[in-house]
This record gives sequence, C-alpha cells and structure tokens, in this order.
Amino acid sequence: MAEALGPAVRAHNLRKVYRVAEKEPGFADTLRHFVRRRYREVEAVRGVSFVIEPGEIVGFLGANGAGKTTTLKMLTGLIYPSGGELEVLGHVPYRREAAFLRQITLVMGNKQQLIWDLPVLDSLRINAAVYEIDPAEARRRTRAFAELLEIEDILTQPVRKLSLGQRMKAELMASLFHLPRLLFLDEPTLGLDVNAQAAVRRFLRDYRERYGATILLTSHYMADIEALAERVLVIHRGALLYDGGLGGLVERFAPFKEVRLELAAPAEPAELAGFGEVAEASGRRVRLLVTKEGLTRTVAELLSRFEVRDLSVTEPPLEDVIARVFSEGRV
Amino acid sequence: MRYLKLLTLFWQTSLAARMEYRTAFALAFLEAGLEAAGKLFGVYLFYANGFDLGGWRWQEALVVLGLASLLDAFFIGVFNPNLRRISEMVQDGTLDFVLLKPASSQFWVSVQQFAAEGVPFVLMSLGLLGYAGAVAGLDAAGWLRLGLGAAAALLLAYAVAFLFATTSIWFVKIFNVVYFLNTIVWTGQYPVQAYSRPFRLFMTFVLPVYFMTTAPAEVALARLPASWLLVVFAVAGGVLVLSRAFWRFALRFYASASS
Repeated sequence: MAEALGPAVRAHNLRKVYRVAEKEPGFADTLRHFVRRRYREVEAVRGVSFVIEPGEIVGFLGANGAGKTTTLKMLTGLIYPSGGELEVLGHVPYRREAAFLRQITLVMGNKQQLIWDLPVLDSLRINAAVYEIDPAEARRRTRAFAELLEIEDILTQPVRKLSLGQRMKAELMASLFHLPRLLFLDEPTLGLDVNAQAAVRRFLRDYRERYGATILLTSHYMADIEALAERVLVIHRGALLYDGGLGGLVERFAPFKEVRLELAAPAEPAELAGFGEVAEASGRRVRLLVTKEGLTRTVAELLSRFEVRDLSVTEPPLEDVIARVFSEGRV
Repeated sequence: MRYLKLLTLFWQTSLAARMEYRTAFALAFLEAGLEAAGKLFGVYLFYANGFDLGGWRWQEALVVLGLASLLDAFFIGVFNPNLRRISEMVQDGTLDFVLLKPASSQFWVSVQQFAAEGVPFVLMSLGLLGYAGAVAGLDAAGWLRLGLGAAAALLLAYAVAFLFATTSIWFVKIFNVVYFLNTIVWTGQYPVQAYSRPFRLFMTFVLPVYFMTTAPAEVALARLPASWLLVVFAVAGGVLVLSRAFWRFALRFYASASS
C-alpha cells in the first residue's frame, strides 16, 4: 500500500443543499402535490472543514439527520457538493476517477452489495475481476479475510441464508477485498449483537494495523467509537461542533462527574435532587451527575445524609455526553 | 478484455441467481418458448399467402420483421431487466455500489442482468432472419450487410432505451417508459413505407425506429446502397455518445437514497 502524499482527506467549507418536496396529509393536498409541487431547500451540510491525516481513525458523530452520511457521500464522490473544496487522496471525489475509486471503500450498515441469491464467493469473483486481482491472489485474500472474520464455513451459502452478523462480515470482506487505503464506514455494526459488533471492531483494528489504512467511521454505538477512534468529529444540524480527541470531548461538553451510589434504603428522587442531576434512581441504586467544582463537597454531604453501602465516581458515559451535545446544540 | 470477463461473470451470476429458484426458472423458460412459437405462428399466418406491403414483397418484409423480432428478443433478455434495475437501484440507493467501482457505471448497469427467457426469442428471431434472408435471395454480401445492419440496430435500440432509463435519476419510477419504447420499437416490424406520412416522420426523426429495422433491411436487400450502413452506424454511434453524456450529466443530480 503506497504512502499518501499530504492529507488523506481535506474538506474546506463543504456545503450540501438539497431541495425537498413538501406535502401535507389528505387527498386534496395529494392532488395539489401532483399538479404543483412545493419545494423547500434543506442545508444538510453547512460549511464543514476538517483534515484527516493518513492512518488516522476518526469517529464521525451526530444525531440522525445531522449530515454525517451526506458528508460521507460527498467524500466518496457519490454526490456533488453544493459548495466548498474537497480533496480525498489527492483526487476530487465527484470526478470518480478509477485511480481514486481503487483506493477507497464505503461500507453501509443498511445497504449491501452482495448478490442476495448467491454465495459470497460469487460476489468476490466479480470484485476480483473489477479490481483486476489475479485468481491466486484472490484465493489468498479470501482465505486470509475469512479466517480473520471467522466466516470460512459460510462462504458457499447463499447470502439470503446468512444471519445479519455473518452478512455484515461478508459485506466487509467484499468491500475490503481490493485492500483500500481509505475506509468510509457508515454504521458498520448496525443491528448486530454484542459478539458480532466486537468481531467487526477487532477486524477493523487488525486491518488498519496490517495495511495502515485511514478510517472514517460513523456509528450510533459509542462502544464502536471508543474502541476504534482516536479522534472524533461531532456534527450537528450540518455544522461541525467539535474536532478533537475523545477525552477532550468529555472535558469540553461534560463539566461533571458521574456519582454512583448504592444506598442501604431506597431514597426518593426529590431527596436527591439537591445534590446534582438525578440521572437514575431505582430503589437503592442512584446515579447522579455532579459538577466537577462541587464534587468533594457533594460526596461528603451524600455520605453524611444517607447510609451509603457503595460509592464510585467516574466520567459520565460517552452516550450521555453526546446526547447533551445534540440536545443543547452547543458549540 | 476486462469488460468481456466482467460481462461473462455478470451473465453467469445473473443466470445462477435465477436458477436458484428452479420452478420459476423452468416455467419462465417454458412460457417464453411457447410465446416465441406463438409469435412465429402469427408470422406464418400473416405472410404465408404472400402480399405487397408499401411496395415490399412479403419475402423482403419478412427481413424487417426478423430484425424487429431480434430487437424484441434483446429487450426481453437484456435491455428490460437491466434498465428496470437502474430504477430499482436509484430507489433503494444500491446504485452507490456501482458508482464506487473503478469500472464504467454505464456498462455495469446496462449488462449486469441476463434473463434466459430472452434466449427462445433470440433463437426464433435468428431463425426468422435466416429464413427471410434465404427466401429474399440474399447473396454473401447481403448476409454481411444484414449482420452489420442488425448490429447497428441493436446498438441504436440500446442507446435510445438507455437514454430513457437514465431519467430514473430524477423521476425514479420511470421504468414504464422503457416498456413503452419496447412497444414502439415493435411497430418497426413492418416497413415504414406501410405507415402514413406523419407516423413515418415520427419513426424516422423522433424515435429512430426506421434506422433499427427498415433501413438495415433495405441495405441488406440492396434497396439502398451499402454506404447507408455508415448512416445507420452514425445514427447509432451518435445516440450512443449522447446516452453516455446524458448518463454522466444525470449522475450530477444523483442524490443517493438516504440511509
């Protein structure tokens, strides 16, 4: 795999505006909609700028409709930007030059490229022909990937007969068969059980270590982001809110700690409200979010006010931090 | 060479995917065989007693019908299944995967499917063309002109159909227009001279059906000079170039169905 010259991705003031048709419910409006459409412009991506260096794994976070997938699709060249500058591996993506397409891949958790009625191997044969991989090398890659993903025994089964987890692994295999240098992963663990999620994460880490690939990953599972990404981009309503390390994200958006208590006797939420934000209070178990400045004083007061069996202080879960960012839309 | 290999693989896998459902495959094949035989019987009834159609002897008109049958067979076996898929892929967003491959996306979406049901119709149309050429008294050069004319006709029919199918990028569920085109092309089973002037103009300059059936037949039968083959290829090549440019233009508007 050749070394990239310059950044893997460079986006400057990237914009995408969609025109969407609007329709009210009801038959009268259906007729109006048929004769004369009403359109509205939606700015899905609003002036996003960032740089990704070769070999980085970057998590792309955002609520549904925040603009993550639209950005990924512009980076892969599937859709044209409405404005801004974009360079990926030294290419302008929307030109979709063969030299560019040979170096990238896009994996989408909710779409598949495998031929539904045929075994995985048939799809791999087509990919081998498209990417001009010679048969001996294709066999070697098939063996290596199948071993890494632990799917050696399902390659001859029709795709429709595979479980969701097996299908996703096979999808990854097909998508990475040409050994791309830049991976765009859009919810690659969507709907998978915990074991399958872990296997996919292991595989991606291993692939990156072996081939020095650059990865841009979106996921609603924070465990994916925590396990893989060293850096995160947070996008909200089309604008970039944060670009930096995971730790920095928590520091910046969560100026509080999580205090977990196990009480000797159940307490009412009202009794706890004065100590911080009650994140959970079910019987004797309590989870409070307490500001960092008042932490020592609050813990001392909790210990004197209640009979406490167990107490722990941790950083809040990343999910909570992200949820706050999205709900408050803070910059 | 890579594209020939891809074409072989596409058709092998497409056939294999259809053969996964054995009963449906066998029935579709049987139905196509019966329909092709039925069409041939219709031709026999129509042409058996001989007639003069717009100045064409029935043996000559049969060459036109053979070419129209060949186009129809390609619509059934290749054009319709592939061009319908474009609409489906735009609808479900799986066109993304084609556009991300380092291969011509137009080639991919045009030939990835192969419906075996088209085979009986291809055989029937080749048989019909063979018979028509023989009774019309084609010499070796005539057969060559017929072969070249048929190739140009197929290219032109594909290019026109692809132009229509490309509008799926904007209109998504537009596939019926390709069926409509299939029907219009079928009107080319008779020499255009048999139609009234307005329809003749429409078949020549709007939907170039004349260049798909009548013109190649006229060249094969030496009713037109052989140089007209160049005209037929020029029309086919022109529309093909236009279809390619239109596809590229349309992809600028591809929105990729959201996840």
